[in-house]
Amino acid sequence: MPTVVVENLVKDYGTLRAVDGLSFTVEQGEVVALLGPNGAGKSTAVEILEGHRTRTSGQVTVLGADPATGGAAFRDRIGIVLQECGIERELTITEALNHYGACYTRTRPLDEVLELTGLTDLADRRTHQLSGGQKRRIDLALGLIGDPDLLFLDEPTTGFDPSARRQAWDMVRGLRTLGTTILLTSHYMDEVEALADRVLVINQGKLVAQGTPDELRAGIADTTLVRFDQPANGGTVQELFGDLTGTATAANNRIEIRTTNPTGDLHRLTDWALKHDQELGHLEVTRPTLEDVYLDLIGGDENE
Amino acid sequence: MNKRPSSLKLLANQIGYQNRRFRRNVMAAFFTLAFPLMFLLLFGALFEGVDIAPGVEVAAAQFYAPGLAVFAAVSATYTNIGISTAISRDEGILKRTRGTPLPPWIYVGGVVGSGIVLAAFGAALMLTVGVLAYGIEFDWANLVPAVLTFVLGVASFSLLGLALASVANSGQSAPALAQATLLPVAFASNIFISVRNDPPAWLGLLGDIFPLKAFADAFFACFDPFRQGSVYEPWLLLRIAAWGVLGALVFWRKFTWEPAVGGPTRSRRRR
Repeated sequence: MPTVVVENLVKDYGTLRAVDGLSFTVEQGEVVALLGPNGAGKSTAVEILEGHRTRTSGQVTVLGADPATGGAAFRDRIGIVLQECGIERELTITEALNHYGACYTRTRPLDEVLELTGLTDLADRRTHQLSGGQKRRIDLALGLIGDPDLLFLDEPTTGFDPSARRQAWDMVRGLRTLGTTILLTSHYMDEVEALADRVLVINQGKLVAQGTPDELRAGIADTTLVRFDQPANGGTVQELFGDLTGTATAANNRIEIRTTNPTGDLHRLTDWALKHDQELGHLEVTRPTLEDVYLDLIGGDENE
Repeated sequence: MNKRPSSLKLLANQIGYQNRRFRRNVMAAFFTLAFPLMFLLLFGALFEGVDIAPGVEVAAAQFYAPGLAVFAAVSATYTNIGISTAISRDEGILKRTRGTPLPPWIYVGGVVGSGIVLAAFGAALMLTVGVLAYGIEFDWANLVPAVLTFVLGVASFSLLGLALASVANSGQSAPALAQATLLPVAFASNIFISVRNDPPAWLGLLGDIFPLKAFADAFFACFDPFRQGSVYEPWLLLRIAAWGVLGALVFWRKFTWEPAVGGPTRSRRRR
């Protein structure tokens, strides 16, 4: 049986439907990412799986239990790294880890947790003396202290500087090699690509695509992107678009053409430009990145 | 297969954890212990050498030290529990705890247990200073009623502290709410000043409605040098217990483990 099974999950907040018929599974040992813009329903879905929220309807099974009724026996087997969560300022890192660790049946050895999260040298410091990134590492350490069968990571690197993000990624990769099943949420494409075995793209509470990063990219694999600055004489370039096989869109003074026939379209484009004595400024011909795929899937209205 | 940790062990851990947090929090220690002690020393200086009545050999402190012991106990339970729980919720510590296998009632038990330990320490401190510095006297025959009255009082005020944390919508409003409810009532409750002889009607009413005067009077009965017969005050004890039940109901209906939406944790993260 998969570690997580979600069928037709729905969550309403008053008239707002935050999660709208979500279905997916997570297998043991897998690192799965829920990817979507802010407000897509990722955190709501994850908090239902953690048992922090009740669902409106649908079936949820996590580690063979229903999180809504699983109680202490269920929470004994999961680790949660919440998006925003304080730490007792009066305690040292070691004290906090021992305190929370005492609640679990099984614990991962303290030294190992400190090592994994890079906190060994800070172990005897009071938590209020630490930086934001260091506190986030304590969050991770607290999520690991109960030696969980499943770890939830809700936006683990939001607000990190680039080097702190790399360090956090290394930690998660380390956990993956140890065989920990991880369900993470993120709105960073590169993060998901770096960490996840499988990606679930969520928009407006619905699953809009899923697969490995490569599979997602394959969805528009035969597409080529041709981009250039809007020519000074913008009116006439629109006439040309009718002759192209690809589709053109214009935004921020850039024109983007998505085509499966790049040679022909590029030829028609440059031919037109020479005839009309126009320059195609900053002309580029590229493969779509995962970011393009993602923006495509969520309708290009990412809030970040 | 390991066994889940026993409830008793978990509860002991929780009490130790709350006590440790209290000891390292200067503000909480000040309001709970230093504040009542300051009053005791202040009154001691003011009433030095004052005779209660002609020919009566009783220290003035005999009348206010037990009241200040009650005040310290109420600060350690009502004020301290109310404020620290509201702040822990704001910081997300309660939510984090809810995500662990710790049963919620054990967390609450740890908060209350720690409050009662602190209350006992605070009251013992006041009374010890009262005995050593100001010569108050205690008839050890009254030990059992004094302890029972005290335990009922701090249990009720612990529940009222949890009720306070339930209605305070943030850790910032909790201290104001705690002091605004405690201090005015304390003036009507034989804590700082005696309202035993013909107080203004409204002041008497204020004292009679709320449970602080009942607690102070029931506890003082165990120290009253002129009292004859039983020191138990059943009606006062009933009033204290009734307020405890009310506190438990508010806690049951209103308490949340999650920070308010848009609370301090959220704004902190945005920076």
